[in-house]
Amino acid sequence: MSRVPVIALVGNPNAGKSALFNALTGARQKIANYPGVTVERKAGRAALPSGQPIELVDLPGSYSLDAASPDEEVTSKVVMGRFSGEAMPEVLVVVVDAANLEQHLVFAQELIALGRPVVVALNMIDLAERDGLVIDAAVLSEALGVPVVPTVAVRRRGLEALLTEIEKAPQQDRTHRHQAAELTLPERRLNAHNIVAGAILSETAAHRWHSRLDMVLLNPWSGPLILFGLLFVMFQAVFAWADPFITMIEDGIEDLIGFVETAMPDGILQDFLTQGVLSGVGSVIVFLPQIIILFAFILVMEQSGYMARAAFLMDRLMAYVGLSGRSFIPLLSSFACAIPGIMATRAIADPKDRLTTIMIAPLMTCSARLPVYAVIIGAFIPARTVGPGIGLQGLVLFGLYLFGIIGAMLVAFVLRRTVTKGAASGFIMEMPRYQMPIWRDLLIGLWQRAYIFLRRAGTIIFMATVILWVLLSFPKADPGESQVEASIAGHIADGLNVVMEPIGFNHEISLALIPAMAAREVAVSALATTYAIDGDEDEQAAGLTERLAMNWSLPTALAFLAWFVFAPQCLSTIAVARRETNGWKWPLVMIAYLFALAYVFAGITYWSAVALGL
Amino acid sequence: MDTQLTLDQIAPGKRAEIVAVDWDALAPDEAKRLRALGLDEGARVAVAHRGIFLGADPMAIILGRTTIAIRSAHARAMQVKHP
Repeated sequence: MSRVPVIALVGNPNAGKSALFNALTGARQKIANYPGVTVERKAGRAALPSGQPIELVDLPGSYSLDAASPDEEVTSKVVMGRFSGEAMPEVLVVVVDAANLEQHLVFAQELIALGRPVVVALNMIDLAERDGLVIDAAVLSEALGVPVVPTVAVRRRGLEALLTEIEKAPQQDRTHRHQAAELTLPERRLNAHNIVAGAILSETAAHRWHSRLDMVLLNPWSGPLILFGLLFVMFQAVFAWADPFITMIEDGIEDLIGFVETAMPDGILQDFLTQGVLSGVGSVIVFLPQIIILFAFILVMEQSGYMARAAFLMDRLMAYVGLSGRSFIPLLSSFACAIPGIMATRAIADPKDRLTTIMIAPLMTCSARLPVYAVIIGAFIPARTVGPGIGLQGLVLFGLYLFGIIGAMLVAFVLRRTVTKGAASGFIMEMPRYQMPIWRDLLIGLWQRAYIFLRRAGTIIFMATVILWVLLSFPKADPGESQVEASIAGHIADGLNVVMEPIGFNHEISLALIPAMAAREVAVSALATTYAIDGDEDEQAAGLTERLAMNWSLPTALAFLAWFVFAPQCLSTIAVARRETNGWKWPLVMIAYLFALAYVFAGITYWSAVALGL
Repeated sequence: MDTQLTLDQIAPGKRAEIVAVDWDALAPDEAKRLRALGLDEGARVAVAHRGIFLGADPMAIILGRTTIAIRSAHARAMQVKHP
């Protein structure tokens, strides 16, 4: 088998590298980690005009080969062929933003001076033209001594020409390039300035609308107002827009269960498929619409350049607890799910900042807690209004979100002064120019997120549901005896109950908490399964909400809510924390402190409620 | 001549030229990043925005065609003069 040549895309952050990568490879991408580090490796296949297949690698955006962060270190090592297990790229495609040429040519010169086959992609040339910049690619090519191809990733302009130059690149005459290797940074900067001055044919002061937008979006008054308005709309959308889709999925699953019940003979296999697999996995897949909506907002904010402005606005607030504006983005993502949130911490250069953010990400109220909150609130909090347009149920839900945020900030404050102690981290961030989000990039991003979620539902949650069903169904109870009490799970819950009783939890809760270790939302399906397997005809007819209202006291319900604000009941989060911190130490600290907080606060909630006579 | 003027004292909307940077006052990686972004001796910059909370942190600095967010602590290490 002949080796497929590796072609690397390399350049400054915000040069439009990912958009170019998406345009060249389409959805045929493989996302993994570089071995030993937590930097994402994005690779995909493309073909040269001759039909020769190539592997394109999208390297992390960098300012220099002299690395200042783990991301930059990967880029530097791969480019130099010093990353073990990574093939040295045959051709470097240096991506520069046409509208920000003077800045991007500094790194480009450093790369060209390596003396390797190079093609420069003069990217986003359309945006530069819109900003009134006309650049002569031929002059630029002459000055740099390498081919320069103008590209517009969004409109697929220049892609063929780029691939043609990549194919010819190994035959380039590279003898004279090494002289430039000795240049210092200020010399390169001066060079870049002179090259750009020669290559720009005309320039009108036109990037004013960027600064006008900044005037509004970073304004001390309108800035925060717009940010919080946007977040408000986002959370509203997650609930309101998702509803019809959730109903559709629920109906589909019910139809499927009905179909299995009629098509299959009664018996253990039918029970397994309907009660175990379909209801269990189905109760998790219903969150897909909410996750997609949340990610659509986050991806649009990222692609438009607004996310950097949000980080700017929030930086000072984050600084109070020892973090920076960069932590805002991962923490915001964690409201959808802590897994992508923790993965997004890779953008944080400071290792202690990053670790602290990972540790508090599970305290952001993720979408998996919603079904738990929704069921309990529905059963115990009366649906009355406490003010114009403010429902009590919504207020309690908002309170639970707030509780999580305050908890996270306090934990960060404590961590930054103890285990992740260190110099106050800084906040240095280039603010990308505003641009319209690109449909293709948005859809590819959404697809990747949905895929990760569905794979989780298909593996971890599937397994947990099946195991719980088995534990609950065997051994079979004698007539007159409760199936749940007689089952293996019932006996495990007996043991757990000794610990949980002092904070007001009952036997059913102890039972539901075991499978909910896999994922929080399983608590709901576990409670449903427990009450479905057990109980008389009348009780069976009532929904879970009514059953809970009948069987639990209000202090117990409130303690249960408080528990789920903190409890780290999500195997996937623990697994991703282990991967991102390269070991078991920090995930174990995370599990320990979150369970401790959950126990203490559930206890305080229970006994306060009892004392108040609720 | 006022030699003690630093970038953090420049009001939003005003320009300045960086004349000296106290690199030792900055963390090594941060110094590297600031240099790579072009916030170095000789750079002509403008202060565009300040943060919204107490301390007016962070700052948005315009340099050429880029806008860069930094903290006041970084700006304090940069001696500037009026252009």
